[in-house]
Amino acid sequence: MDYFLTEEQVMIRDLARQVSEDKVMPIRAELDEKEEFPWDIMKTLAQSDFFGINISEQYGGLGMGGFELTLAIEELSKACLGVSTTFAANSLGTYPLLLQGSDEQKKKYLPDIASGRKLVAFGLTEANAGSDAAGVQTTAKLEGNEYVLNGTKQWITNGGDAEIYTVIAITNKAKGARGASAFIVDKGTPGFSFGKKENKLGIRASSTRELIFENCRIPKENLIGKEGLGFIIAMKTLDKSRTGVGAQGVGVAQGAFEAAADFAKERHQFGVPIISIQAVQHMLADMATQIEAARALVYAVAKFIDTGSKDVAKESAMAKLFATDVAMKVTVDAVQVMGGSGYMREYPVEKMMRDAKILQIYEGTNQIQRNVIGQALIKETAKR
Amino acid sequence: MNIIVCIKQVPDTAEIRINPETNTLMREGVPSIINPFDLHAIEAAVQIKEQHGGTVTVLTMGPPQAETSLREAVSMGADEVVLLSDRAFAGSDTWATSYTLAKAIEKLGADIIFCGKQAIDGDTAQVGPETAEFLDIPHISYIKKIEEVTDSAIRVQRMMDEGYDVVESSLPVLLTVVKELNQPRMPSLKGKMAAKKAEIKKMGMADINADEKSLGLKGSPTQVKNIFAPEIKAERKMIEGTAEEQVENLVKELREIKCL
Ligand SMILES: Cc1cc2nc3c(=O)[nH]c(=O)nc-3n(C[C@H](O)[C@H](O)[C@H](O)COP(=O)(O)OP(=O)(O)OC[C@H]3O[C@@H](n4cnc5c(N)ncnc54)[C@H](O)[C@@H]3O)c2cc1C
Ligand SMILES: Cc1cc2nc3c(=O)[nH]c(=O)nc-3n(C[C@H](O)[C@H](O)[C@H](O)COP(=O)(O)OP(=O)(O)OC[C@H]3O[C@@H](n4cnc5c(N)ncnc54)[C@H](O)[C@@H]3O)c2cc1C
Repeated sequence: MDYFLTEEQVMIRDLARQVSEDKVMPIRAELDEKEEFPWDIMKTLAQSDFFGINISEQYGGLGMGGFELTLAIEELSKACLGVSTTFAANSLGTYPLLLQGSDEQKKKYLPDIASGRKLVAFGLTEANAGSDAAGVQTTAKLEGNEYVLNGTKQWITNGGDAEIYTVIAITNKAKGARGASAFIVDKGTPGFSFGKKENKLGIRASSTRELIFENCRIPKENLIGKEGLGFIIAMKTLDKSRTGVGAQGVGVAQGAFEAAADFAKERHQFGVPIISIQAVQHMLADMATQIEAARALVYAVAKFIDTGSKDVAKESAMAKLFATDVAMKVTVDAVQVMGGSGYMREYPVEKMMRDAKILQIYEGTNQIQRNVIGQALIKETAKR
Repeated sequence: MNIIVCIKQVPDTAEIRINPETNTLMREGVPSIINPFDLHAIEAAVQIKEQHGGTVTVLTMGPPQAETSLREAVSMGADEVVLLSDRAFAGSDTWATSYTLAKAIEKLGADIIFCGKQAIDGDTAQVGPETAEFLDIPHISYIKKIEEVTDSAIRVQRMMDEGYDVVESSLPVLLTVVKELNQPRMPSLKGKMAAKKAEIKKMGMADINADEKSLGLKGSPTQVKNIFAPEIKAERKMIEGTAEEQVENLVKELREIKCL
């Protein structure tokens, strides 16, 4: 379907597609097999300015919006979710700075982020704080001109490979969620180390590690916004980035659909190409329809967020929820359309199916998305 | 550091069709690309600029359509692009092409000039070296690695059949490059946006102080009579043994084929 993209948006989509086809597709199976971090691809994306899409020109970015970022993420996801997760985690980690960073902090960090010289990670989740993000136990205590961090973050994308970390820690235990604050921590700070790399079902090119803080001292200036804003910053960050996860869903579903449709055209059984069998056609028809609906929702929400609207929690949750459920269903069906071949590693769809599962889990499980939407509905009905 | 890269727009196919009547290339309906070797030349130039500063000017002689190739060069990091286009240039052979490029380069001024090893359509690999001759500057062909660049000199590795030579030259110098030199970069988004807006400098006969008699078809000593794929019959034989044995065997072989 034609979404009437501007010339610049088409340029972003097409260049992301070119990177995907030339640099990602040829090595995605190997990256998956070897669980290898996609450094070369990140370098290409950096050189091609992708890391700066939604960072203002003043800091070396392109000054565009979340929608343009969404287009790039979708294209990369069509080729490999491991790669697109590595890329998208950067914008997740950067939103706290964009939302509440001081001019000094922006000047110090954004140019390196926009140019892709440094990767970014976002550290919220802990062993006892998953869906219940307010249960964070990592502490940050102000001592003179420094905050002292103690605690462990779990399953942090780009952990160990990123240079810049935005981290949520408790500055005032008594205040509960209102006692959390957001900080910037540079890799290499004494007292800051990493756990082992996790061995995962999917998105195996993406790295996931623990962030371990043991009396890690960071300058007071690394506090983002004010003390007590941490939880709000985290929630606003997720509101912004969830359309990116939705775009990942659209992309991986599109990739799986195309592989399945191509296969169905070539594969003959009972003397006919299986695509001419109505049962197969109907699966493909459902897949294509669901993908288009997901894309339309993700694009609409991304554009809505770019208008600067304040409360976007419900819409961004809807985009993430719907598009990632579609991704799971479509990738499973793609394997089904391809039969035994779909189950084999020679074809890309089994990987896409393994990869797609993460989309229903990270940045808030899809149950949590439904909770967010439900909360908003309660508020809305109360107003009526 | 002023760097000029000469690029040629070529048809996107190794299968070039030739008009049997006129013996010229049939370009209609074939999409055009930057000659693949020239992409490596652009990459090399942009890398030198990134390390040493300066400007990269990309130059092509061709019809107005060659503009698209110049814009692509901007998206890869070229600062300025020049289209050498004039009816008087039409029908140039390598001699006239090189003469015209040299005249333009004289006008623009350069410390390093890059060319591709050869064009995938014309395939002569003559334009680089000939241009250097017209400019009366040294050239090094088939370079596969740039070891060092200073303000006044350059050291490179020149690819040979076996191994490579290390060659040093003063500047200005003309280099022709092979694919082993580097991996041409993807265009960048900023580059693509700049490319859309880039101003293309146009130069014609009057702008380069060229002698009209040396231009285009009139200035081309090559008369194409026939074009065909040559049969390669060359044989290679390694003669082994001690130096004396080798000489003895070589003399024997040469006598056998009546070369001595
Ligand atoms: C590969 C990977 C990468 C990740 N990257 C990052 C990262 O970069 N940064 C970061 O901070 N975190 C990251 N995470 C963490 C991720 O966001 C959490 O895993 C996710 O929020 C879910 O938390 P949990 O795993 O602890 O599940 P739990 O919270 O233990 O949930 C278990 C189950 O219970 C359900 N559940 C829990 N509470 C409710 C409720 N109230 N209502 C309905 N259902 C509920 C959940 O939906 C789920 O099905 C990553 C995780 C993975 C696996
Ligand atoms: C025998 C013969 C037959 C020919 N037949 C035809 C024909 O049928 N049709 C036709 O149109 N032309 C023909 N030509 C002309 C010729 O193909 C080119 O126009 C021109 O002379 C370049 O030669 P080349 O393609 O061999 O380039 P090469 O010498 O192989 O190119 C080496 C490098 O020189 C540079 N370069 C070459 N051309 C240009 C340019 N125009 N602008 C900027 N840089 C450049 C590039 O860096 C390139 O990588 C013929 C020439 C000869 C000698």
